[in-house]
Amino acid sequence: MKKLLAFLLFGFMFFGLTAQNKSDLPNITLKNLDGQSVNISEINNGGKPFVMTFWATWCGPCVKEHNALTEVYDDWVEETGVKIISVSIDDARSTAKIKPFVDGKGWPFEILLDVNKDLARAMNVSNPPHTFLFDGNGKIVWQHTGYLDGGEEDLYEEIIKIAK
Amino acid sequence: MVIGYRLLVIENMMKKSLLILVAICCTTTIYAQDFLNKSKVSGSFQIDGNYYWEDNGIGISAEDINGESFGAYGFGKLQYQLGDFSAGMRFEAYQTTPMSGFDARVKGMGVANFFATYDNGTIGITVGDIYDQFGNGLIFRTYEEWTLGFDNSLRGIRAVFRPCNGVTLKGIYGKQRYYWVSYEEERGLVRGVDGEWDINSSIEALNDAKLKASLGASFVSKYEAEPSMEFDGCVYKLPQNVGAYAGRMNLGYGRFGFSAEYARKINDPSFFNNWIYRDGQEVLASLSYSQKGLGIVLQAKRVDNMSFKSMRTAWQNDLDIGFIPPINYTHTHCLPSMFAYATQPLGEMGVQFQVNYTIPKKTALGGKYGTKLAFNYSQVNDIKRDSVMFDGVNTLNMMGTKGYESPFFAIGDKMFYRDFNFEIEKKISAKWHLTLMYINLYYDMETIEGHPGAEAVKAHFAFGEAIYKINRKHSLRLELQHMWDNVGKNQEIDPLYEEYYVKRGNWMAFLLEYTIAPKWFVSVADKYNYGNPIADNRDHYFTGSVGFIKDQTRIALSGGRQSQGLVCVGGVCREVPASSGVSLTITTSF
Repeated sequence: MKKLLAFLLFGFMFFGLTAQNKSDLPNITLKNLDGQSVNISEINNGGKPFVMTFWATWCGPCVKEHNALTEVYDDWVEETGVKIISVSIDDARSTAKIKPFVDGKGWPFEILLDVNKDLARAMNVSNPPHTFLFDGNGKIVWQHTGYLDGGEEDLYEEIIKIAK
Repeated sequence: MVIGYRLLVIENMMKKSLLILVAICCTTTIYAQDFLNKSKVSGSFQIDGNYYWEDNGIGISAEDINGESFGAYGFGKLQYQLGDFSAGMRFEAYQTTPMSGFDARVKGMGVANFFATYDNGTIGITVGDIYDQFGNGLIFRTYEEWTLGFDNSLRGIRAVFRPCNGVTLKGIYGKQRYYWVSYEEERGLVRGVDGEWDINSSIEALNDAKLKASLGASFVSKYEAEPSMEFDGCVYKLPQNVGAYAGRMNLGYGRFGFSAEYARKINDPSFFNNWIYRDGQEVLASLSYSQKGLGIVLQAKRVDNMSFKSMRTAWQNDLDIGFIPPINYTHTHCLPSMFAYATQPLGEMGVQFQVNYTIPKKTALGGKYGTKLAFNYSQVNDIKRDSVMFDGVNTLNMMGTKGYESPFFAIGDKMFYRDFNFEIEKKISAKWHLTLMYINLYYDMETIEGHPGAEAVKAHFAFGEAIYKINRKHSLRLELQHMWDNVGKNQEIDPLYEEYYVKRGNWMAFLLEYTIAPKWFVSVADKYNYGNPIADNRDHYFTGSVGFIKDQTRIALSGGRQSQGLVCVGGVCREVPASSGVSLTITTSF
């Protein structure tokens, strides 16, 4: 059994090598609010930086962060071309509530549903909010856990550093 | 001659070895660069340390602490990724104490989780400890919740097959984690298959159709070897295989959405359901409407005898195969969250209605920044149970019988939980931000906390929060809360039931927090149970915290009193006793 496992492991690794892995985005499929599947490893912003932020409806600081980002989003997009992808880690209790919640709050971000925390686990997110900044090639250049009032400005400083 | 032959053999062997070595070297030099470029190691780490001390004010004696004043809980996770291959492990150490409120069985340390996955987008195989769910998880969900000490991962194998766009097939096989009990020991096998068809993605002509639809179905079976059990001189035949199936659909049409899932399980007598032979069933449905600035959702569910565990004698939250999502609103403010709802797998019927609305900017009511409103109503009742007469004997919930009959649409008289709340959130100016909330709560303590005879909580709450932004980085936040609960007013409390009143009566609470974005926070808070019906329980719970965040690392230190209560995540709860002490939490990832 152990031999078989070891064999499988090396087999996997060999196959793994033959594949391309340019970015820090794992090969995981999540649903968006329309129920369509989105492969995380294919996410990009046409060579421009993008932000991925993990949140939940029951997380107060997360909702604050999203409200704050909503206010500045139009300006940020205009100035840097950045895109924000917002990943909800709410479980099945809230799956059906996310769309009305997001629309009701007027958030303009692309929302993905990480119902069983597959992506959160793969990206080592322990507690929301957890925000990642990716460069145009999908490499993580900055990350931050927690949200304190005014924290969005620090994110923006990081975005400006890498936006061309 | 013989020596010469031996030398020849050795030479041959050396040649072969050399050849192999050269081959390995060549491939490694070719691949070494790739290995370095493509390999990715990541991980995370968390440690919670607690130091408890005696506090006669809230009744914590040296005996309660039992010489174990230090508790520490930590995990370290390591992941390796190379293209389509990934592997990982998690080391856990739970040094629990009587004060920490964890189930004593979580105590221990070791590698609790490991896995290896190959997934090329079409085929995916995972061996090891698996987290996954089918649909809403009604008949299969494995997950991990660190704060609860909960982990029901499946050790075994999972295969995923995506033959074409929009179609996903999954199979799982294995045994569930049961604290630190060896996987060789008794518990059931879990096997299951799931299929999902996203119609719009799979049929090109429908890619951009206004109507979005997806369908899914799953089947899960657990196997336990023991075919019968003896109790009180009777032999009970038990099903060795218990099958459960579920079907689901999701529809979207413009601003409208509808989703539903139905699950059914064959008779599954267990300790949890008092060994009755009734089939279980569950339905979860929701209807929503949303447009920019307005979201409305109505949800309903019915659960009837749906505790599904991979060991018949398991109790509490042990070895759950299925997950019953609670649908009520999750309160996060400290006073209402003392009365969080825990799902009742044996039977419940609930509805939940939520409206989120943003009054647009630059209108009379919306002001310069707009105003956010939220309304929520949820209610959960018991199901109706009619007794079945057998030979003139009422067999209601009787061991070894069908238990009861329950008309699908009939609502039970007993209300478990009801909550309606209203919230207004408004940015007044660049400096000021205000939130106000009113909550009306009914909480059946008897059922939810298992205190027979306890009077239900009928309470009102008011919450207010003001944030003042001093400048770009500095902010001050003040939170005020009050809870009105008239229980036991002007009456003698029977000392026998004293523990039912620990968190009852009026409360007030405040929190003052100073933050320097993005790195520092410091806060002081107090919860005061000034209206407790028992004068001795009118205690303050004062706490102070300070924290530091640098990128993905967070360090928080807090000290003071913790009140007795439930810590709940996703409808699963654990009871935490009152305590006094300091705690340090460090989390980081890389």
